[in-house]
Amino acid sequence: MATPLAVPTETPDVDEVPGADRPWVTIVWNDPVNLMQYVTWVFQKLFGYSREKAESLMLDVHHKGKAVVSSGAREKMEFDASALHGYGLWATVDQQ
Amino acid sequence: MFYRDGAELVAHIDRDAAQVLRQCAAQLTELLGDDPDRDDPVVARLFPDMYRNDPEAAAEMRELTEDDLRLAKVTGFSEMIADLPRNGGDVRLTEESADVWVRGLTDMRLALGLRLDIRDDTDFEAEIDDAVAADPTSNRVRQLAVYGYLTGLQGSLVDALMD
Repeated sequence: MATPLAVPTETPDVDEVPGADRPWVTIVWNDPVNLMQYVTWVFQKLFGYSREKAESLMLDVHHKGKAVVSSGAREKMEFDASALHGYGLWATVDQQ
Repeated sequence: MFYRDGAELVAHIDRDAAQVLRQCAAQLTELLGDDPDRDDPVVARLFPDMYRNDPEAAAEMRELTEDDLRLAKVTGFSEMIADLPRNGGDVRLTEESADVWVRGLTDMRLALGLRLDIRDDTDFEAEIDDAVAADPTSNRVRQLAVYGYLTGLQGSLVDALMD
């Protein structure tokens, strides 16, 4: 069913679902055990990132305590976080 | 320590080291049994909550993913044990089995790191010196030595994989 663009309608209730448009993200947190090189390798392996990008994310985790390593649909982020848990990384899912 | 030999990742693991790795794998297999003790900090670390501020969503995800994750880890440990030469010798891994090993070594280090209270600012050499000075035969000295060995082994495997 096509919806005409110019027909006046009710003002959309943007507050109905707060934050519905904010993207979901996977966050990796720093931990005192995992080796820097290993974390870089995992990012390359799981996400196909270049060495440069993976290293830069790893350094963010190391220095800032966390980094957003992927973003997108909620289910995809849950899949990513679960895969990261499989590699012993401390990952969580959140909405930005 | 591991090095790359063509498509394979190779390390000489002597009899004692093989014994240590078998023990670590067996201990974690036991810890991650059918109904892991969620209050154990190692279990909590190996299966972190996926949602930090939403216990309900975290529990739901746990329900969905934890069994598979647990099974993958336990299967990995038994594969590692099977790869280890009984009386020491060369371990030759494909990329696929190296992936199992690198995860397994990670879990072993995470577990020991928690037991030993390894923190971001821990000076590992100083920890060993202190522990040896306190009691060279203590369990802590032994565990620190194992942690150091696992760190070297895992680091060499990651380097070889990236080679």
